[in-house]
Amino acid sequence: MSLTGIAGSLVEAWAELRTHKTRVLLALIGVALSVASLTTVVALADMSREALAQGSEASSGRPATLTVGAYPMNGEMGDPAPLREAFGSVVERYAVEYASLNLLTSVPFQFPDGVVQAETTVVGADYGVMRRVNLTSGAWFTETDGQRLAPAVIVNEAFYARLGSPDLAVDPVVRISNGTPVDAVVTGVRRNLWPEEPPAAYMLSEAYDRVGAVAAPGMNGPPMLELWVPEDLAEPLTAAIISDLSAQFPALQIDAYRADYAAWGDPYGGMQLAVGGIAGLVLLLGAVGLLNISMVTVKYRVREIGIRRSFGATSGRIFFGVMLESVVATFVAGLVGVMAAIAVAKLPAVQRQVAFGISELPPFPVEAALLGLGAATAVGALAGLIPAVVAVRVKVIDAIRF
Amino acid sequence: MTQFIDALPGSCGWVSAAGETQPLVRLRNVTRTVRRPDNEELHILGGVDLDVRQGDHISIVGRSGSGKSTLLNILGMLDLPSTGTIEFDGVPVGNMGGNQRAVLRGAAVGFIFQQFNLLAERTALENVMTPLLYAKGRDFWRREKLASDMLGRVGLGSRLQEKPQRLSGGEQQRVAIARALVRSPRLILADEPTGALDIATGQSVMGLLAEVAEESGAALITITHDPNVAALAHSHYLLESGHLRLGSEAAA
Repeated sequence: MSLTGIAGSLVEAWAELRTHKTRVLLALIGVALSVASLTTVVALADMSREALAQGSEASSGRPATLTVGAYPMNGEMGDPAPLREAFGSVVERYAVEYASLNLLTSVPFQFPDGVVQAETTVVGADYGVMRRVNLTSGAWFTETDGQRLAPAVIVNEAFYARLGSPDLAVDPVVRISNGTPVDAVVTGVRRNLWPEEPPAAYMLSEAYDRVGAVAAPGMNGPPMLELWVPEDLAEPLTAAIISDLSAQFPALQIDAYRADYAAWGDPYGGMQLAVGGIAGLVLLLGAVGLLNISMVTVKYRVREIGIRRSFGATSGRIFFGVMLESVVATFVAGLVGVMAAIAVAKLPAVQRQVAFGISELPPFPVEAALLGLGAATAVGALAGLIPAVVAVRVKVIDAIRF
Repeated sequence: MTQFIDALPGSCGWVSAAGETQPLVRLRNVTRTVRRPDNEELHILGGVDLDVRQGDHISIVGRSGSGKSTLLNILGMLDLPSTGTIEFDGVPVGNMGGNQRAVLRGAAVGFIFQQFNLLAERTALENVMTPLLYAKGRDFWRREKLASDMLGRVGLGSRLQEKPQRLSGGEQQRVAIARALVRSPRLILADEPTGALDIATGQSVMGLLAEVAEESGAALITITHDPNVAALAHSHYLLESGHLRLGSEAAA
């Protein structure tokens, strides 16, 4: 079709919509509502899925996170240093981009009201990214933080509150009450994982080693290595790491496994499928309504179609015109529907429900907006198809005498 | 006894100053037969011959059911003959596809209907712009200017934004004339153009139509019951039971 043909069809479609404002508006309210429901449902499902995934990633790592651990077969762990060194070699040998030690221990911190053995996770700088550690203020460790003379610590809200919530800008210190006390600097505050979480902290492994903190009895877990790797490499790497470390430490049982939430497939796939199915049905209802109105309209417009044919409209132009009318209308309705969906998803009350417990609020998914617009256009094309075929079959001679 | 006329070149047409002899439209032995619901064949046209030249003004009169509208539909390429040939500018229309005919019809033929057939809820200007939506190039892009100029020519320059329901019958038919002429057609087909108008308005509308057609040099074929309207034409035909005769012979 020529440029003027396309422009002409658009002009015709727009003029038709303008002329039959009320009819079009009524038809489109249904489509806009359907699209708004579809987009809202898909977007909220996507956002909740993202929120749930973020929560899962915070507790068990992003897909695919391999956890490597070593356990003594005779009950005696011995010096963990060689094992930690071997962990470092694994990271280098397999060129893993994100890796972190994960050693759960306790460190005696001096609070205004006394010394508390606070649960402390000794980690690498990558841990923050790997576990999406959610800071309410300050910043996660950088590689250079390991070199600080006064070790950096990141604490949870409970820890921070117990310190008296000092301003992080003035580098507040907290004393580690070892044999030789060391002053650590609080550089970040993490959100509490649950309401009554006791004080907890993170330290970089280099800093922890230097401080030489004495853990409370029974609080020093075995060192673990966490690796964030591409999903397709998870399996071969697991096997390689187990065989590699088992050979180096015959007295230890080496475990390596995927600990992230997606290890056994996407747990939210089913939910999304169900939500998508419901949304599809909603849209189908809108489409049937539009088709109904379009069919009635074409019958009413038989004479007009005949007149247009007598003035040179080809059957293609008539087909395209009727179709385009429907598509232009539903596209506009789709835009309105998507805007309504975005407005709903941005409501604070809705966001609180969807993204409970996470601070990194998932943005409105672009895919949902595109799906809404695409679905609206497709509905327009489908609902326009049958009337367009009817319009083309109109017998001009009969139509102009109608 | 009925005598059929072969409207041979030059016999009833108009010859241009340039000595143009090629007819704009040529019908040869055109028949049109339709099958009725009882499977009987109904012969609407029986071997019509007609030459129409640029600038001709032809009237065709006939009783209801004589085949006038069928003939007009064939002349306007809305319908095809069952047998026989129709040529437009020397090109056989029967060989053209539906879309080719539509494009040619849009560019070269203007229709005026008895019931005006204006698009309801559209202004006079939008109605006259309608045929230009199917034009190409400058005519398409300048459609608003062309349409308002044409409405000015039929005396409705001040009523561009009026919708048909607010116009009188005569004004509506003038809008229809402007719509038929806006693409400068070479053939204007008017089907009972005064059928829905009173005598005085009908005369005035026909006078205007004949004048504008003459100015543009287009051929004008009017189908009518009204002898006064037919009298405005240069050539007069009578269609009787599907057969076309020159009017003077019919009278004889």
